[in-house]
Amino acid sequence: MNKLKLLLVLAALFTSQQSFAAETKDKFSVCWSIYVGWMPWDYGDSSGIIKKWADKYDIEIDVVQFNDYIESINQYTAGQFDACTMTNMDALTIPAASFVDSTALIVGDYSNGNDGIVLKDKKTLKDIKGQQVNLVELSVSHYFLARALESVGMTERDIKVVNTSDADIVAAYSSKDVTAVVTWNPALSEITPQPSATEVYDSSKTPGEILDLMVANTETLKANPNFGKALVGAWYEIMEKMQVDSKIRTEMAVASGTDLAGYDAQLATTKMFYTPKDAVTFTADKQLAKTMEYVAKFSFKHGLLGESAPDFGFIGIETPAGIVGDKNNVQLRFDTSYMQMALDGKL
Amino acid sequence: MKRLMNIEPSPALRGFLTLLPFILALFAYSIASEARLAENPHDKLLPSFTQIVDAVDRYAFTENKRTGEYLLWQDTGASLYRIGLGITISAIIGLFIGLCNGLLPIVRSGLSPFITIISLIPPMAILPILFITFGLDELAKVMLIIIGTAPVIIRDMQSQVMQLPKEQLIKAQTLGASTWLVTLRVVLPQIMPRLLASVRLTLGAAWLFLIAAEAIAAQEGLGYRIFLVRRYMSMDVIFPYVIWITTLAFAMDFSLRKISEVCFPWYHQGAK
Repeated sequence: MNKLKLLLVLAALFTSQQSFAAETKDKFSVCWSIYVGWMPWDYGDSSGIIKKWADKYDIEIDVVQFNDYIESINQYTAGQFDACTMTNMDALTIPAASFVDSTALIVGDYSNGNDGIVLKDKKTLKDIKGQQVNLVELSVSHYFLARALESVGMTERDIKVVNTSDADIVAAYSSKDVTAVVTWNPALSEITPQPSATEVYDSSKTPGEILDLMVANTETLKANPNFGKALVGAWYEIMEKMQVDSKIRTEMAVASGTDLAGYDAQLATTKMFYTPKDAVTFTADKQLAKTMEYVAKFSFKHGLLGESAPDFGFIGIETPAGIVGDKNNVQLRFDTSYMQMALDGKL
Repeated sequence: MKRLMNIEPSPALRGFLTLLPFILALFAYSIASEARLAENPHDKLLPSFTQIVDAVDRYAFTENKRTGEYLLWQDTGASLYRIGLGITISAIIGLFIGLCNGLLPIVRSGLSPFITIISLIPPMAILPILFITFGLDELAKVMLIIIGTAPVIIRDMQSQVMQLPKEQLIKAQTLGASTWLVTLRVVLPQIMPRLLASVRLTLGAAWLFLIAAEAIAAQEGLGYRIFLVRRYMSMDVIFPYVIWITTLAFAMDFSLRKISEVCFPWYHQGAK
């Protein structure tokens, strides 16, 4: 215990100099974890596209892959990384709720069927009533389930949630105790083909609510706009190439542990914003503010905005269409300016 | 001059030296925590002691708004039940099979190599098989603890029985004791304290498997809570839980040692 604490302290001491530091610098690190919409970062790293863009702006960008998604966000929040991939909800509940002012630099895609609710031997969503539902508690899946229940006039009181690790959810489904799961791809596509499984609800019914972002530390970004420019420039070069070149997609597929067909199937249920135009249009739309309000309400209800939060608007969220919540405490910003630069060819 | 190796600290100095690393660790923590909180008052990585106390109050002494229960005690109850059941069953299995293995060559030749192999399988690597066989409920969590600890206890018990002096066993037999009587009067009394010692040593592994099982699928438990709040980096909750787990583990270890000392004073004579 003591050793652990001491190690933590030493680690914290060691890193506290660099965390939250807003000075200009020329070395940056970015972390990402394996997910269909984030595989381009892996390709950008291995193909040298990110290095090319970093060189253009005379900076260095270190790209680090995490096997554990939550750990990557925690490390970003602790100040170890300048930017990290995460969903809109986790961006609000982890860094923003810790008052690490964060900017959604790139809105990469939204889940359009990549998340689903599967029932065993039951056919409709209403049958979920009274069941135990296995999912990663307090995750996007949990939010998604709450939205689905709302659509059939139920609430979380009508079910019982069992926290289940995402890595084990496929195996969990095979066990006889488990009758309902909420999960995302690739696990989802392993469960749905089983004869007992019916996917009763998927995220294409609430499109544009589960967003996959590249989130950067706002202060770092402000002090070093070149960092943002290099990342966004690299991203849209990869987007352009991956759309037409199946070889690139094969590389991404292999890196995520599947094959081209499997990866393309996951892409089919993911609405990728291949062009900066799509991303800017989506982000600037009024709907995003509404979505973030839902997310904030859900997060508040589950205590994810911190114990001191008096209401769902405690953490302000800035979107191009307006600020959701407290204007004096904005910690999460959707910023289209960098994507706009890509659109205008100014990178 | 006295050699360094012969200097015995006085009781007061010994007490001070015992406390020193704890104090230093707390001190280093408070400095690091203050430094981080000065940068960002809402930093969650190294919460201040006040924040930690608040969290303890919330989890241990305030009713949860949604469920009306005291979370820490509910978690503790669930976890202690699982680890208690798991380690008790492990000890019984370990004693029984280990004793048979050690005493009866015919059982040993059949079981010993098999158990050696089984004990080397990392339980975490066969999780999917465990889920499918035992489901995801309480049974699976207890089974994970048993699978993780029972083989070790069996092997330990077996070697302890085999280390008993042959002369004792032969003498008992010349006095007319049957296998059953030798087991009951010669072997069992001698390996009981060793069983307690073995259980004490496997407690660490048992906690590890308990936390792992609760991280995978659960609705309550100390491990469940830690992995749940880890999602939003509530170190103010994780630290007290870790300290609490350490305390519980220490208390279990301590009470097993005391039981052993009271029941089998002869076993502890050499150590004093």
